[in-house]
Amino acid sequence: MTSPTSAPVLRQAPAGDGWQRFSPAQRLTRFLVYLAIVAAIVQSLRHVEVIPEFLYDAPEQMVDLVTRMWPVEWAAYGEHVHAPLVETLHIASLGTLLAIVLALPVGVLAAHNLVPSTPLNLFAKLILVSSRSVNSLVWALLFVGIFGPGALAGTLAIAFRSIGFVGKLVGEALEEAQPGPIEALKASGAPWVSVLAFGYWPQVKPAFWSIALFRWDINVRESAVLGLVGAGGIGMALDSALNLFQWDRVALILAAILAIVIAAELVVTQVRKRVI
Amino acid sequence: MTASDAAARGGGRDPSLAPSPWSRAIALALVAYVIYASAQMELSWDRFLVGLDNAQRFFGRLFPPNFERAELLWKGLKESLEIAVLASTLGILLALPVGLFAARNLMPPWVTWPARLVIVLARSFHPVIVAILFVKAVGFGALAGILALTVASIGFIGKLLTEAIEEISDKQVEAIRATGAPFTSVLAFGVVPQVFGRFIGFATYQLDSNLRNSTMVGIVGAGGIGGTLFAAFQRFDYDFVCAILIAIIALIMAGEILATAVRAIFIDNATLRDLFRRGALRRVRHAEDD
Repeated sequence: MTSPTSAPVLRQAPAGDGWQRFSPAQRLTRFLVYLAIVAAIVQSLRHVEVIPEFLYDAPEQMVDLVTRMWPVEWAAYGEHVHAPLVETLHIASLGTLLAIVLALPVGVLAAHNLVPSTPLNLFAKLILVSSRSVNSLVWALLFVGIFGPGALAGTLAIAFRSIGFVGKLVGEALEEAQPGPIEALKASGAPWVSVLAFGYWPQVKPAFWSIALFRWDINVRESAVLGLVGAGGIGMALDSALNLFQWDRVALILAAILAIVIAAELVVTQVRKRVI
Repeated sequence: MTASDAAARGGGRDPSLAPSPWSRAIALALVAYVIYASAQMELSWDRFLVGLDNAQRFFGRLFPPNFERAELLWKGLKESLEIAVLASTLGILLALPVGLFAARNLMPPWVTWPARLVIVLARSFHPVIVAILFVKAVGFGALAGILALTVASIGFIGKLLTEAIEEISDKQVEAIRATGAPFTSVLAFGVVPQVFGRFIGFATYQLDSNLRNSTMVGIVGAGGIGGTLFAAFQRFDYDFVCAILIAIIALIMAGEILATAVRAIFIDNATLRDLFRRGALRRVRHAEDD
């Protein structure tokens, strides 16, 4: 870079090596991370199984896919797509509501300032971590095994996957609440319920609504694929269209999913703008 | 509301503390919706109880987990890991230019619009659905999974990178421009230092998320442990399903710990020794999305 002659010169260290931002230990640690990343990439590249023959005719297959998808079978919407699409929205919404009901007590239990007992906090965090570590498709598989295929399994899968998300964020919001109003309520002799309702709730309300809306938005996307493992909604229609190679109907279903995903995002932005 | 009204409700409670009519209306509407939607989907208490009966048998067959086919399990896990690593690498490399081109403060509109369109398209479908399309295009196997998760990574990292770049302070960019530096130098010294920390945050987050999804794309034939899982499930090999689930959860938790460590190293400048100190990892906040 060009610099005017009057610019101050960086002072050199006595040993002659210039100014350094990180300590040697920090540089070594960073270097190890870079090394590990490169090693992981090289290992993966060497071992991953890619069948070259499949790659050669990929453009051909793409063209084939597009010609099979076009024209989109719009006519099938009323009979085959509308009901599962609505079911998907129900799964996402009911699942989110159920998750909120189940997650609030766990979130409260996880907040150390509300429940000052480390074993109980850890227990709640264990529930939250296990809920989050299991993908919603896996939850769906489990609930299909228990309740059989259908929307009930999907709703429970969405709910159980969301407990961890909602509970964790609500717990963190509760822990960040200002102690002032809470101490004032306690000093006035307010019972526990009142402290929760008038001390904590007003402080976490904005965070709570934005968490709930955010999760609902995610759940609309996720509930669209649960049907691939039999848990109801538009995914089941997609699965059967795929199995029958009805690509024109697949295109219609994808368009429908895209439409509700965009609609959900618009609803969330609007509600957020007005309410929060 | 008058004082006598409040007294009639049996307490000297301040009426301003009562729930507002709006929140009552919303609560009522939600209850009505739950009843309506449950009826629509034919959810009922009886079905739930029948299910609980099944649950007992189901869990009886899940446990004890069966690790006899450990080789198959290991092969699937390894493939999932490879898919996640390669998809994250490719996704991040491709997301860098896309995210930069979409930033309105650095690029003219005719560049940002196409880049934004790419991001929106890449984000709109669940990776498993994208995987279906790639399975058709490049056949069954890991490549379809890699491509599907690459698309997901471009969408997620592209979007967050764009937001990060749009929020940077103009002062440093202006200062470097004023020295007559070329565009690449403006990027390297004005933009990169301001977004690097956040970039590490969402890159590790995406690796974590790709790891989760790479265990799932196999359900539609795009490689990884998901295929093994779904096949075992459909054959009612529930004890093997249980073993696979335990392995997946262990893999994901290990991934989460690694991601937290990388964030600690690059964002909080932690050294290896800091990492093993108790509680060091807990201090690093991490974003949660899915």
